[in-house]
Amino acid sequence: MNFEQIDYYNIDELLTDEEKLVRNTVREFVNSEISPVIQDCFLKGIFPLDVVPKMADIGLFGINIGHEYGGAGANYTIYGLAMQELERGDSGIRSFASVQNSLVMYPLNKYGTENQKKKWLPLLAKGKAIGCFGLTEPDYGSNPAGMLTNAKKIDGGYLLNGAKMWITNGSIADVAIVWAKLDGEVHGFIVEKGMKGFTTKEMRGKLSLRASITSELIFDDVEIPEENILNVEGLKGPLSCLTQARYGIAWGAVGAAMDCFDSALKYSKTRIQFNKPIASFQIIQTKLVWMLEEITKAQLLNYRLGRMKDEGKARNQQVSLAKRNNVHMALQCARLSREIHGANGILGEYPAMRHSANLESVNTYEGTYDIQTLILGQDITGIAAYM
Amino acid sequence: MNILVCISRVPDTASRILVGSDGKNIDTQGIKFVVNPYDEFAIEEGLRLREKNGGTVTAIVVGTEASKDVLRTALAMGVDKAVLVKGKEPDDSFYVAKNLAEYAKGISPDLILLGRQSVDYDSRQMASALGELLGLPSISVVSKLTIENGKATAEKDIEGGKEVVEASLPCLISCQKGLNDPRYPKLPDIMKAKSKPIEEIVPIETQNKVTILGMSMPSKKRVGKILGAEDSDIDELVKLLHEEAKVI
Ligand SMILES: Cc1cc2nc3c(=O)[nH]c(=O)nc-3n(C[C@H](O)[C@H](O)[C@H](O)COP(=O)(O)OP(=O)(O)OC[C@H]3O[C@@H](n4cnc5c(N)ncnc54)[C@H](O)[C@@H]3O)c2cc1C
Repeated sequence: MNFEQIDYYNIDELLTDEEKLVRNTVREFVNSEISPVIQDCFLKGIFPLDVVPKMADIGLFGINIGHEYGGAGANYTIYGLAMQELERGDSGIRSFASVQNSLVMYPLNKYGTENQKKKWLPLLAKGKAIGCFGLTEPDYGSNPAGMLTNAKKIDGGYLLNGAKMWITNGSIADVAIVWAKLDGEVHGFIVEKGMKGFTTKEMRGKLSLRASITSELIFDDVEIPEENILNVEGLKGPLSCLTQARYGIAWGAVGAAMDCFDSALKYSKTRIQFNKPIASFQIIQTKLVWMLEEITKAQLLNYRLGRMKDEGKARNQQVSLAKRNNVHMALQCARLSREIHGANGILGEYPAMRHSANLESVNTYEGTYDIQTLILGQDITGIAAYM
Repeated sequence: MNILVCISRVPDTASRILVGSDGKNIDTQGIKFVVNPYDEFAIEEGLRLREKNGGTVTAIVVGTEASKDVLRTALAMGVDKAVLVKGKEPDDSFYVAKNLAEYAKGISPDLILLGRQSVDYDSRQMASALGELLGLPSISVVSKLTIENGKATAEKDIEGGKEVVEASLPCLISCQKGLNDPRYPKLPDIMKAKSKPIEEIVPIETQNKVTILGMSMPSKKRVGKILGAEDSDIDELVKLLHEEAKVI
């Protein structure tokens, strides 16, 4: 069932040819490479590893990284459009791309030495290396400042101890960007697969984001060479990465919502009850219009946010607003779409229930809905309410 | 080996088409335009032949400023040069053929590739018209192509079977599904394509051979279609549901 474009306010007119071409390309890619396999992956609880080289081949890793390191050298609007299309396929696939782009390649590019960049960025861009980002711990989620994972200076490097939890791609990663305290301050470390004392364990039993790998990372006296520390100190390091990822999520959520709307609209026109398509009932129309309205507003939000980000003017609070609003509206759309599909809505054959389940994770990770609220609350009142 | 690929810009097949207020054109509001799907096979074939034999691939479109987007797609896929014959919105196949022929005469390509038809007007005239205007052999609806020793050997689908034909170069080939699997443009190449030049040419005006008098939507009357039970009927059913009924 081919997805039909939703662009009620002709935002396409505001996009450049390149932006549209990337959007269309990723859309086609999702139609032929992701949509046919995603239901099966979701049901089995596996990530389709074989799409990684295909995603790399069309340039989905390192979208904002320069050509010299194997990236696409594209703007943030393009990054957003790509995330939108990937998440129309599935939040798990978008999560993979978010982690690789925003949480691994971004900090390496921004805080890495020339050697670190040369070593990792081209490999990550080609999909020859998979990255992960370790910030959250079993006891520290919304409050990463309290993290227990720590590094001690030793001769020629650092000794890393602690554990991370809920880490996307953790057990398939070749490289982990791990945040740990060194002399009481948060620092970023490049931890490589196979380092002695570094182990991972996949977390099973998720009912959300099932087509994505989530793992624990365990560090038991892991010796990190001197050259594997990133050049940033304090929580602003990981938080700057989260801003990037949240930005992509704001776009991604719209992709999931559009998929839910498209499916609901088509279904409502073909499902006959009381001798009429259910689309002819006012309640169904109200739901469809609500979805259309919210999607359109979110698209405009993203478009403007993307342009501000491309001009270097987007504040992290503005990104928080978009993440908060768009994921929330996408969740509502997924639920409404599920309702419109009736019993069929709970089947994997239709996308609504899968998106609905996925978006529960998306609502929580990279700063929960409520944490985004508190970031915005602090911004407008000047009072921090989360401490 | 120098190859000319003629492409056109058409509404995406997933778009819902409505007739415009003048009753002679479609309403383009909100329509996503793409490279004509059959032309993608032509671009891909051109690129593969270049990868094998060297040379250059030039993509050309007869259209308006808006047609630059399909040339950018061709550049992002890897063509060397892009040419826009920039004039009115083309509404007559002869006008397009004449302008393509004019450009082709200037560069004398070894091979001209195009899609078997544009999925907008579906006239299927270009390969023959262009062949005639250039005095070149023209093979239509080709699903397999080999170029060797100055000769093109082409396999084409005919009713109930295949036909293999041969022509000397230079010649024209119109491409059919199955010829190849077109590549996706890669993001880095899309970005690089932005800075590649697009040559603009002033069109030759021609007297319309065919004039569009009016357009209307097909009547809503439901006419059933009964297909057989062969595997190929399933393909046909899927195609009809997708392209005609537009429900999948
Ligand atoms: C599928 C998945 C993948 C993930 N991938 C990664 C990853 O790759 N890397 C990584 O580092 N992390 C990852 N995470 C972790 C994610 O970022 C955290 O789950 C998130 O930050 C929330 O932390 P928590 O689960 O500990 O919830 P908690 O912080 O315990 O929050 C529980 C509830 O309390 C609320 N709350 C907390 N503090 C306050 C406050 N001050 N005021 C009001 N309400 C508050 C929260 O909003 C929430 O509703 C992932 C999570 C999931 C589900």
